[in-house]
Amino acid sequence: MSTNYRVIGTRPIRHDGADKVTGRALYGADINLAGMLHGYVLRSPHAHAIIKRIDTAKARALDGVKAVVTAADFPVTPDRIVDLGEGETPLSCIRGNVLASGKVLYRGHAVAAVAAINTHIAEEAVKLIEVEYEVLPAVLTAPEAMAEGASILHDTLKTKELGEQTGRVSNVAEHFRHTMGDVAKGFADATVIVERTFDTATVHQGYIEPHNATALWNNDGRVHVWCSTQGSFVVRDTIACVLDLPVSQVKVTPMEIGGGFGGKIPVYLEPVAALLSKMSGRPVKIVMSRKDVFEGSGPTPGSHTRVKMGVNAEGKITAAEATLAFEAGAYPGAMVGPAAMTVFAAYDVANVTIDGYDVVVNKPSTAAYRAPGAPNAAFATEQVVDEIAEKLGMDPIDLRLKNAAKEGTRRADGPKFRKIGCVEVLQAMKASEHYRSELGGPNRGRGVAVGFWFNVGLPSSVTISVNADGTVNLVEGSTDIGGTRTSIAMQAAEVLGITAEQVRPTVVDTDSVGFTGVTGGSRTTFATGMAAYEAAQDVVRQMKERAAKIWETTADAVALDAGVFSHEGKQFTFAELAEKLGSTGGPVVGRGAVNPRGAGGSFAGVVVDVEVDPETGKTTILRFTSVQDAGKAIHPSYVEGQMQGGSVQGIGWALNEEYYMNTEGTMTNSSLLDYRMPTALDLPMIETIIVEVPNPSHPFGVRGVGEANIVPPTPAIANALYRALGGGVRLTRLPMNPPAVMRAVWSKAN
Amino acid sequence: MVSYLRLHFTVNGTPQALRIPANTLLLDLLRDRIGLKGAKVGCSRGVCGACTVLVDGQPVAGCSTFAFQAQGAMVETIEGLARDGALHPVQQAFIDHAALQCGYCTAGMILLAKALLAHDPDPDRATIVEWLSSNVCRCTGYQLIVEAVEDAARRMRQAAQDDPGAEA
Repeated sequence: MSTNYRVIGTRPIRHDGADKVTGRALYGADINLAGMLHGYVLRSPHAHAIIKRIDTAKARALDGVKAVVTAADFPVTPDRIVDLGEGETPLSCIRGNVLASGKVLYRGHAVAAVAAINTHIAEEAVKLIEVEYEVLPAVLTAPEAMAEGASILHDTLKTKELGEQTGRVSNVAEHFRHTMGDVAKGFADATVIVERTFDTATVHQGYIEPHNATALWNNDGRVHVWCSTQGSFVVRDTIACVLDLPVSQVKVTPMEIGGGFGGKIPVYLEPVAALLSKMSGRPVKIVMSRKDVFEGSGPTPGSHTRVKMGVNAEGKITAAEATLAFEAGAYPGAMVGPAAMTVFAAYDVANVTIDGYDVVVNKPSTAAYRAPGAPNAAFATEQVVDEIAEKLGMDPIDLRLKNAAKEGTRRADGPKFRKIGCVEVLQAMKASEHYRSELGGPNRGRGVAVGFWFNVGLPSSVTISVNADGTVNLVEGSTDIGGTRTSIAMQAAEVLGITAEQVRPTVVDTDSVGFTGVTGGSRTTFATGMAAYEAAQDVVRQMKERAAKIWETTADAVALDAGVFSHEGKQFTFAELAEKLGSTGGPVVGRGAVNPRGAGGSFAGVVVDVEVDPETGKTTILRFTSVQDAGKAIHPSYVEGQMQGGSVQGIGWALNEEYYMNTEGTMTNSSLLDYRMPTALDLPMIETIIVEVPNPSHPFGVRGVGEANIVPPTPAIANALYRALGGGVRLTRLPMNPPAVMRAVWSKAN
Repeated sequence: MVSYLRLHFTVNGTPQALRIPANTLLLDLLRDRIGLKGAKVGCSRGVCGACTVLVDGQPVAGCSTFAFQAQGAMVETIEGLARDGALHPVQQAFIDHAALQCGYCTAGMILLAKALLAHDPDPDRATIVEWLSSNVCRCTGYQLIVEAVEDAARRMRQAAQDDPGAEA
């Protein structure tokens, strides 16, 4: 296909714009069904305890209460490994996180739930549930949990060591290693070696809409769930697993979703609402409070990382070594795998060893958060690279360019890069007006960093029906968090030669479209876009057959150019031909179903200027430029929006956000007042530079852009702070809040 | 024992007379009793601003305001902004500038901007940023929202110039 696009690269308004600026768009909490009950979840007050006894009698007896559920109400099935889109997980862990069984593993862990005629009665009723706990010591960080004699979360969790089952019970679910070359030799060849350890605190995705679920267990045995999710099919399949139902018995309608960032992939409330509905015979809605969201949903892991890198006198990195210990929370599955895949991904290094530890701790079971694991890893690597550049007296971008990964570079975890834009991103950073500008004034510093996210494919399904007026209806299963209805519709429009407005995209329930994976992994514009491309090609093929029938020729003799079908001087516009479908064989429906490989990773870079107040430790971001390889920007405004959004989350993570845990494992800042996310006043305007190195695996060259942009902000800000403080002291723990900056100032003074 | 009171106020220009439990929150009244779902629940502590509505033109957090505090007042929600089939200039500017991603904070942001522009038709960027800082958006990084408000201000000033009698 030519790259002279008519729709791709333009900025049409979004199809759901009117719904979302008028308040008409319906989110999960907006559901109101006849006879609907309201649910409330009882959560553990302890971070680690054995549940000795649960007595729900008094709650059941309260007027207005219609059902009470505990883990004992789950069907009894043998444990098995399931893959619900987030990797292989024991079903017992998924069930155990939905409602605790035997033990509570974090403060906020769901223990029981009540359905009542209103929320107030439900809330009163859960207070009447008597739970007898035997409190156990809590372990709250990876080093603590890995220590000899640490309190053990799961008696059945046996450490997997370098792929082998050890049979040893510990809090380390897995230790894995990626290695290539000869690291010892690599360090022997180095003239400068830097080694440091870094820590990051637990942070939350911070979507404004709390989790919610409404369920109706119908009299025919089918369960219908309305909820806020990044993946309706993942919810369907999880409910089916947890409640031991065939997937065909579950229908999930994804409502509009008020932010997710990875945190709305796991399932929390849906099976509980479904069970309460089964017991009460009425629809049941449950909505989390903000405190529930902080304590009972999945934040991103805190981490403990060691990075060691060596370079020779020419500035070539000769060896790199990392140890990554990530807090999974209550159940295995910390995002340490992706961290290991990305930790040195920006660099072409021959000798690498990466050790990863997936460690359970008494904190909420962690979930994905925008390039999960990669920001934790980059916070370490990109500071070490910065320090090496300083020691060599090299420009930090030049050092990165000299070692940048490119097509053919092998990563330690196995894959060899296809075409990637690491060099181009670095060049754009270097050429930017921002990087070339003067940074005047005292207590100021400039920092740079790059980051990588590999992106994913996964299945997507789309159908396109042609309307007689020349428009088309596009049906898809990808929930739209940031404008993907439009970025997908644009790809169909490009193929069909019609405008974006002439494509009407609709996100439908799981009964109404083929399987579609989560809106996550930066995959939606890539993979669902590809399904739309295939469906549109199918429409074109059928439309050409219709034209051929009218013109008494063969379909392959009919040309389509810029929305006009033609053959030997005769022509129909798309609309003219659409009008004739009824008389030429009936409706035209195109289908696209894909499971693409070659998602095409995206690199992102940041240039940032900060100013530190040495009296208070306050950091002000003076200027911030985000650079990212989009492959091909389908809708540039949405690409810029992703870059700005990811950058700002990165700024919050860098400077402020943190779960403050007390020694008992209680989060002491579980409100938006105390867990403070950046407001407009905390930020500069985020400048964006889109780089386009087309992805050879996508018809338009798309690389997903949702995630890589959050990877470089934290180390770039750390590098800028290092210079703003006059050098000599590095901030190696996130967040780099005013107390941390003051400690750095004082450590220099001493 | 719940006590009840009678509340008289207007919502989007329509007079309402309701008997309500005295402890009813304005947000719950609007969402659950009147059925206006545009104001959202985000934090229930008056911090995030997803529940912003206008009471006599002033932005308030509906989650942290008792309904009785709106006694006799004119309450405006996102559902009341479009007039005669046309979007309010702020609504249109939000669409045109891609100033929303998930849309959950959008109603609050738009109402905040409307109140600002009624108070100051030509705000500078610093003023816009200061006003918008009372609400939280986690998706956009605010830049496109700020640009949308600037553009809406321009459009409204232009419209006022073209038709001085028109309602702001």
